[in-house]
This record gives sequence, C-alpha cells and structure tokens, in this order.
Amino acid sequence: MESNNGQNGDAPVIAIDGVTKTYQMGEVAVHALRGVSLDIHSGEYVAIIGASGSGKSTLMNIIGLLDRPTSGTYAIRGQEVGQLGKSEQADIRNREIGFVFQRFNLLPRTSAQAQVELPLFYAGITGTKARRRAVDALTRVGLGERIDHRPDQLSGGQQQRVAIARALVTQPSLLLADEPTGALDSKTTAEILDLFDELHAQGLTLVVVTHEHSVAERAGRVITVSDGAIVGDALAAQPTPAVTATNGFGSVLPTLSPARTAVAQ
Amino acid sequence: MRMLRYFPLALGNINVNKTRSLLTMLGIIIGVAAVLTTLGIASGAASSITSEIEAQGTNLLEVSPTGGGQGGTLTMADARILGDRDDFPQFAGVAPTYSGNATLVRGANDAGGQVRGVTADFPSVSTVEIADGRFLNAVEETNSARVVVLGHDLAGDLFGSENPIGQEVRIAGDLFTVVGVLEASGGSAFFSDDTTAYVPLGVAQTRLFAAPRYRGELTVSSISIKVADGYALEQAEQDVEVALRLLHGLGLDDDNDFSIFNQASLLDLAGSVSTTLSALLGGIGAISLIVGGIGIMNIMLVTVTERTNEIGLRRALGAHDRDILVQFLAEALVLCIIGGLLGIGLSYGVAALLTALPGFSIAVTIDAASVVMALGVASAAAIIFGLYPAIRATRLDPVEALRYE
Ligand SMILES: Nc1ncnc2c1ncn2[C@@H]1O[C@H](COP(=O)(O)OP(=O)(O)O)[C@@H](O)[C@H]1O
Ligand SMILES: [Mg+2]
Repeated sequence: MESNNGQNGDAPVIAIDGVTKTYQMGEVAVHALRGVSLDIHSGEYVAIIGASGSGKSTLMNIIGLLDRPTSGTYAIRGQEVGQLGKSEQADIRNREIGFVFQRFNLLPRTSAQAQVELPLFYAGITGTKARRRAVDALTRVGLGERIDHRPDQLSGGQQQRVAIARALVTQPSLLLADEPTGALDSKTTAEILDLFDELHAQGLTLVVVTHEHSVAERAGRVITVSDGAIVGDALAAQPTPAVTATNGFGSVLPTLSPARTAVAQ
Repeated sequence: MRMLRYFPLALGNINVNKTRSLLTMLGIIIGVAAVLTTLGIASGAASSITSEIEAQGTNLLEVSPTGGGQGGTLTMADARILGDRDDFPQFAGVAPTYSGNATLVRGANDAGGQVRGVTADFPSVSTVEIADGRFLNAVEETNSARVVVLGHDLAGDLFGSENPIGQEVRIAGDLFTVVGVLEASGGSAFFSDDTTAYVPLGVAQTRLFAAPRYRGELTVSSISIKVADGYALEQAEQDVEVALRLLHGLGLDDDNDFSIFNQASLLDLAGSVSTTLSALLGGIGAISLIVGGIGIMNIMLVTVTERTNEIGLRRALGAHDRDILVQFLAEALVLCIIGGLLGIGLSYGVAALLTALPGFSIAVTIDAASVVMALGVASAAAIIFGLYPAIRATRLDPVEALRYE
C-alpha cells in the first residue's frame, strides 16, 4: 500500500473524462450524469455540492468504483480502472479509497476496533498487525480511548469518527465522504469538519459530497453539480492551510479562479 | 487456511443474535438427536435380540416335521439312529420331544400351556435350567411316570407363592406330581418357555396326546440336537439332513419332509432385520435433518436480506464475491455444527434417560460412527442449504445494497 507505487507521481489521483450514467427505467432513460470530466490531484480537499437528485451520489459511486459509468473513462493515479473486473475493482476500493457515509454504516454490536480492522481483513492483514493499525487509526481520529466501544455506546459524532478511522486504516489515496455530516447536529458537524481539516493538513486527499454550503466552503475547491453536469468548479475564498509538496497547485492559486474546465457534453 | 479466518467472524455474528441462532439451530439439533437416538435404539434392540438368541444356544439344532407336530414323518426311530454316538459322534445329545396343548388345573387355579413330552436328557440339548427341585429322571422316563416340571410362569399361575414341589396338578384328567420348577428363561415372550410343562415323553405320546405312528414308530414333534464341541454347526446340519433323507427314503427329486432350525440362522436374520431397521429409522432421521437444513436456509435468506446494507458496506471496504460467499457459508456451517454438537449432546441425554426408564429393556447405544455421520450430514446440509442464500448475497449490487435501509 505504498502511495504512487510505480505510477506517474504527477498523474491526478482521479481523472474522469466524459463520464455519463444513464438508468433505464422501463421506457424512460434517466440521465443521472450527462458527461462529467474532472481531475482531482493529490492533497486536494474537494467538495461536490448540488441539489438533491443532481447526480452527486452517482458521481461518488463511480469515483468509488461501486458503480460503472455508461460511457467515459476513469483513471486512478494514471491507471485506467473503469473497465477492470469486479475482483480487481474490489482490490482498488480496498487499497485506494476510503468511504465515509451519511449513516456511518457501522456493524451493530461490534467494537470500534473490530470495525476498523474490517478493511484490513479484506486486505489479508489480521492479528496483532491489524490490531495495531486499527488502534493507530482510531487514535488519529481522537478515539484512542474508546477502541472497545460498540456503536450503541458512542455518540453520532464518535460513530462517524469510527467510520473515518475505518476509511483511513488502509492508508488510501482518497477519502470519499457522501453527506458525512447529514446525520449530525451543528456542533458535531463542526468537529467532524475540523477533523477533515486536520487530515487534509496531514496530506490526505478528500472528496466530500454535500448539499450544505457551510460544509462545502471548508473545502479548498468546490465543484457544483446540477442535473448531471458540472456547472461550477472554483477554489474557495478561504483556502484551507497550505499543504505538502505533493500538492502541485490548489492552495497557492489565487482565490476564485475559474475552474479547471468542467466540460458538459 | 484463508477459510478459517471467517469462522471467528461467523461465531461473532451468530453470537449477536443468540435467540434466533438457537431457534435456527433447533431443527438441526432435533434432526441430529432424532437420527442418533433412533439409530441408538435400533442398534440397542439388535444387540438385545442377539444376546437373547445367543442365550438360546447357538450350537443347537431343532428338527421338526414339515407341516407341524401331528401326522408327520419324524419318528422315534429317527431320533434313535441320530442318537447313536458311534455313527454320529458330531451330536453330543439327541432328544425327541412330543408337544401338545393342555390345560393344567390345580384346585381353583388353571392355566393353559404347552405340555411337552421330553426325555431325561432334554436339559442337555436345550437351555432350560432348574430353579427348584429337579428335572425328570431316566426312571420316570422309562416308566412314563406321572411327574411334571413346570415352567416358571406356569408355576406362579398355579401355585402363587406356595412351593409347588411335591404337590399335584391335573392335566387332561390325570394327576401329576410336580418334581421341579424351571428358571425364568429371561427372554421376551417371543422365545419364552416359561408357560411350558415338561412330562415324560411316553406320557405325552400315549396318555395325553395319542401320537400317531408312522411306519410302526411313534411320531415326534421335534428332535433337539446339540452339536458336539469341535464340530461346525453348518456341517452338522447337513449331516442331519443327509441322514434323515436317507432314513425317510426320499428320492433326489423329493423335498425334505422335515425342516431344521438353528439359532445361528436366526442370528443372521436378526442382523439383517436390524440393518433394515437402522436404514429405515436413519432415513426418517435424515428427513428431519433435511427439514432442519431448510430451516437454516430460511433464516440465512432472512439474514442476507436484513444485512443487505452490511453486504454493501463490505463491498465498499473491498470484499470480493468469495469473501461474501464464504462469510455466509461459514455462518451456516457454524450454525449447523453447533446445532449438530448440541444434538449429539441431546441424543446422549435421551439415550441415558430411555435406558434408565423402567420397563424399557433396550440399552440405547450411540456409536461413534453414527455421531461422525450425523455431524457430516449436518455439515453437508449447511453447505447445500447455505449455498443459495450465500450466492444471493454475492449477487447484490453494492450501490443498491448500500442504499438499502
Ligand atoms: N438506481 C437508480 N435507478 C434509476 N434512477 C436512479 C438510480 N440512482 C439514481 N437515480 C437517479 O439519478 C439521479 C441522480 O441521483 P443521485 O446521484 O442519487 O443524486 P444526489 O445524490 O445528488 O441526490 C436522480 O434523478 C435519481 O432519481
Ligand atoms: Mg445523494
């Protein structure tokens, strides 16, 4: 799980080109994505914002290799992944992508540590090594003291922290969060967003889907989706703290520069 | 073993919902217990029948005329010739008997029974044993004395708790003096001699039942033969057959006019009956196991549906088809194995209980082979019935699964 292993170090983490997604509902074709092109570079903190039904989750699912585009290409770190088989895609999800969901998606009656060990289990890592890494990840999100707690013994914010630790434990290239604060109150939302800032400052690439502007504006770059197409791509007014040498531009660019092309075909 | 990693996971998931897991296992528990208990009863019954047959002696032959006791072709002459130790050293004892049914009366008590005319050496060719008094002696045999030895139950019926020895009973109008009482034969009603009365052969043939003659010789209703030590039963049986065919002047095309019965062949019969019985009972048990397996399938289907969201999550975290498949198969397997073990425990409990039950004469014996078989069948059921739900789990679309509430 070395980052950039053998791949072009300058290649974007995510390179999506002309992706469409059409659902066939009987006679009617639902165009969830109408041709989306998008690059996300290492170390970026990107928010995807849009109204409900605009296609955010569809885009997320394609980025997360949970769903396949109807057309278009998709590469992670320069490697074409859109056409890979089910099993290879599972491996890439396991290694490269960490998921955070609105409803936390923790297993019931399972300790925080066991939750966080789960992705390692699928990576073939078990035993003390897995335990150590799970504890490290939980410590990183501020739950080092609660590794034995089960979801029903944790607050919503703490549960989402467990989910974030679970997403981070395989040291992925990218953290994908779909409405991560949608089920949290404003105080807890602030805490989770602070945690995202912290992780971003440590060099993590984040993509956060939200419909709330207050959440989106924490990101360095805000992509606006409407009716299956990208209609805006801008760097935020207050860019998050400058990061890492790997981040080629992003935070050093002037504010409110126009987006790198968002092509709607 | 990569597979093995899934078992702690499966145990955890089963532990999460103990009540349901137990209810799910119930079918397997009962199925396994039913198979093992019924097989245990069958094998217990078989061994008790076997020991009962063995108690009747396995070196004994009994020749009887074809078509029953009266009017047969088996005579005193046959018995005399077979009893010649010079010609037939392979027979340690040969005893003709003549039986009929009569009512025994003593005061106000009467009892129906078989009255068997025998020679003084009858005990040596049978398994009767004296409990009280003595058996008929040679003098009484020669003189056709009016003496009788009573079977255990017969003595009880006629004399209650009184000592019958020296007392008199009336058989077909004649008074007989009781000289002995037999031990209870211990067997089931099947093989019981306990309601038989033994009188001197001559008395039965002439006085009581007026045995017909064949070629000038008094007929007999059976000849009991004990095979001498060192001679094979089957060979001795053939020798009897050859001799009697010769004596009866049967041609090559004639059927035997007698039949020879030996306890060993009864053992074979009992063996084959018990095999059939085991197969039958085991089959019924296996059906209950299948029903248990279907129960597992049912619950696994429910589990897969309930945990759709979890399956979606596992997909997102990098689970392959194989991981999902093996996870649910392992769960079904663990359910079946735990259920199987509980069922084995239950069957031992039921076996102990049945065996301890007064009036239940069979010692229920559960052998290791059927335990292994039951566990094997339970595991096979798990894999067969767990496969479909597990495949269903792998077919779920990750996106749909994650969206599932
Ligand atoms: N499985 C599906 N079948 C049919 N239509 C779908 C499916 N998933 C999403 N859609 C449609 O695609 C559009 C975009 O949905 P989604 O990406 O979930 O939007 P968002 O996350 O922005 O609310 C919506 O119109 C939705 O109804
Ligand atoms: Mg959505």
